[in-house]
Amino acid sequence: MLSALLIMALGAVVLGAALGWASIKFKVEGDPLVDKVDAILPQTQCGQCGFPGCRPYATAIAKGEADINQCPPGGEEGIRKLADLLGREFKPLNAEHGVEKPKSVAIIDEATCIGCTLCIQACPVDAIVGAAKQMHTIVAPLCTGCELCLPPCPVNCITMQPIGETVETWKWKYPVIEIKPAEDKKAA
Amino acid sequence: MMRELFNFHGGVKPETNKAQSTREPIVVAPLPPHLVVPLHQSIGGTPHPLVQAGERVLKGQRIGAADGNVSAAVHAPTSGKIVAVEPRVMAHTSGLAMLSVVIEPDGEEAWMPLYPSNYRSMQPDEIRDTLRDAGVVGLGGAVFPSHLKLKGARDKRMTLILNGAECEPYITCDDMLMRERAQDILRGAQIMRHMLGAQDVLIGIEDNKPEAAQAMREAARALGERMDVVVVPTRYPAGGAKQLIRVLTGIEVPHGSRSTDYGVQCFNVGTAYAIHETLNLGRPLISRIVTVSGNVERPRNYEVLFGTPMSHLVKLAGGRPDTDRTIMGGPMMGYLMPNPDVPVVKATNCVIAGSRAMFPPPPPEMPCIRCTACVDVCPADLQPHEMYWFARAKNFGKAQEYHLFDCIECGCCAYVCPSHIPLVDYYRFAKTEIWARERDKAAADSARERFEFRTFREEREKEEKAAKLAAKTAAGRQTAEKKAVPAAAPAGDALQAAAAAAQAEGTVATPSAPPQPATADLSAPVAAETAPAADPKKALIEAAIERARKQREAVSPKNTDNLSDAKRAEIAEIEARRAKIREMAKTHDEDGAS
Repeated sequence: MLSALLIMALGAVVLGAALGWASIKFKVEGDPLVDKVDAILPQTQCGQCGFPGCRPYATAIAKGEADINQCPPGGEEGIRKLADLLGREFKPLNAEHGVEKPKSVAIIDEATCIGCTLCIQACPVDAIVGAAKQMHTIVAPLCTGCELCLPPCPVNCITMQPIGETVETWKWKYPVIEIKPAEDKKAA
Repeated sequence: MMRELFNFHGGVKPETNKAQSTREPIVVAPLPPHLVVPLHQSIGGTPHPLVQAGERVLKGQRIGAADGNVSAAVHAPTSGKIVAVEPRVMAHTSGLAMLSVVIEPDGEEAWMPLYPSNYRSMQPDEIRDTLRDAGVVGLGGAVFPSHLKLKGARDKRMTLILNGAECEPYITCDDMLMRERAQDILRGAQIMRHMLGAQDVLIGIEDNKPEAAQAMREAARALGERMDVVVVPTRYPAGGAKQLIRVLTGIEVPHGSRSTDYGVQCFNVGTAYAIHETLNLGRPLISRIVTVSGNVERPRNYEVLFGTPMSHLVKLAGGRPDTDRTIMGGPMMGYLMPNPDVPVVKATNCVIAGSRAMFPPPPPEMPCIRCTACVDVCPADLQPHEMYWFARAKNFGKAQEYHLFDCIECGCCAYVCPSHIPLVDYYRFAKTEIWARERDKAAADSARERFEFRTFREEREKEEKAAKLAAKTAAGRQTAEKKAVPAAAPAGDALQAAAAAAQAEGTVATPSAPPQPATADLSAPVAAETAPAADPKKALIEAAIERARKQREAVSPKNTDNLSDAKRAEIAEIEARRAKIREMAKTHDEDGAS
């Protein structure tokens, strides 16, 4: 009886020590779920979700404080991916946070720009170059299309321009559903 | 000498349809009214235009400069006037427009001054630059800049393979080129051999082109070069680079590596001819041989300037009235053109006029029955039915696991599919979709990095500012302390005096407590405050505030003297309004804060 108790107690102590050691040795820094969620988010840093950037939103989602349908640039596909990752139900995009728009870049009308640097301060990814009282311009490949530079501009010289398809970015269409002409329909 | 030939897996034997277009020799196509030369004609960066509308150009003049090393220049195919530099519809299935140079030929065909060069006296880098600036790219269809492939390996025995297999139905441009210009092709091969340091040169030709093989053998004999013409069995796609390498050398280039790693480099015969023209004659690449076949009265091969509309060629060959489509390339791997007027580009080896009767619409697609007929014919040793399954389900990760990107889109699988599934369309869809996702991912990652750096920079700037401020106040304090200490010194021993003063202040508030005589009304409160707090800093601050207050009181605005009553009333009114606004702002701030 006593030996059995001792053996069990010893076992508990050894296993407890092993677990304790493992929890220190293999401690995971940060929340891996946040990284996974953050990887899905489009990184426009636009703040339309109500959080100051993609990572804070990812943190909120991981904690369960925010819903998964608050990211308009990520669109429906992004919500689907989040739903898959988190094992939640798919929801349509919350219209409160905006609507899904085609991917765009901001364009500064350089003739109107007065060089106030306000848009430079607003740009979350440093995609605008210029100096005080000098013309500003947007480095288009770096622009995420977040529209954060639009409200601060005092002369409204920034416009959003949708990115068109080029021969390099053109995609073959999904070949499954073929749209058939009306005559075929009649025959069928 | 008979060579041992090897075999590649799979392949099909479709009807070749080559005889129609080999009956007549190559002829130079007459000038069209306009040439539309797209700037982006090869893999790599888009060349930037060097000309403007209204300028006159000479034949062979460079009109687009290579953008970086992975790119090739573009030249004016004839002399004439530049009408426009604007986006025009490309020879691409998408029907999208790309920046093109539109030239109105003057009919004079006036060449630029040509400078033939002796490749034997040139540095390899010099030759590569010449080829890049002459716009030489692979003319087999992949349009990869040739100068990038012409790099010798020091530690390996190199083999140069000239690809004259031309396995795809209808296309005969390489066949005719070999029959008529065999010596020039081999002169180009000499340059390639020199560049690669290749010992062996193999020329692979399918056995349905005996005339071409004969012409090449004779040319090799005439030039006194040791180049082996190897006749390979006719089987589609024997002309694929990896397949031809396998047949000729037995080397199977594994997934993820290139043939150069195994000492083999493969070029199309047309590319060899272009290299000969560039270096030995000084002419840049401005034309190529194009087969015009299909639904036309007189199918044949033309030497065509780049930028010639495809409809112009079809008209020359006598296009039949029921022609309703234009295909660039062959029937297996070719692309349907968005309209018949798109220009001939460097990748155009064949233009097929098609009609409904000639290419009837495929029977409706049926479900995959997993018969694996596609696996039996796949020349890349893939599992097309699995890739189809995952591409259809948009499970792109899995499709990649089945080596989707090793697919050469030869179309053998779709050719044999009993369910008539357009398998290649699924692979093309999946490939472009994966590329688009990779681009998005790269963009998102760079945006994240830039955002994080910006946040870090803002943080750092804030810290630096705070540190600077702290240093400044500390410096200010030190100088102030130095002044304050001698001021407190007359009270005797600093610490004791402070303690005593504190006691005195605490117990009996006598006016005699301040040790110094009240010489100046400013210094009095300083000492008084210093003592009780026993903290010189606080005292200093308060003294400063006091000083400022006194100064403010002492200075009275001069412009308010001698005013009329009306003015005074107005000022009072404004002051009242100001007070109200201040009150409002205060409450607003509080709201904001809460």
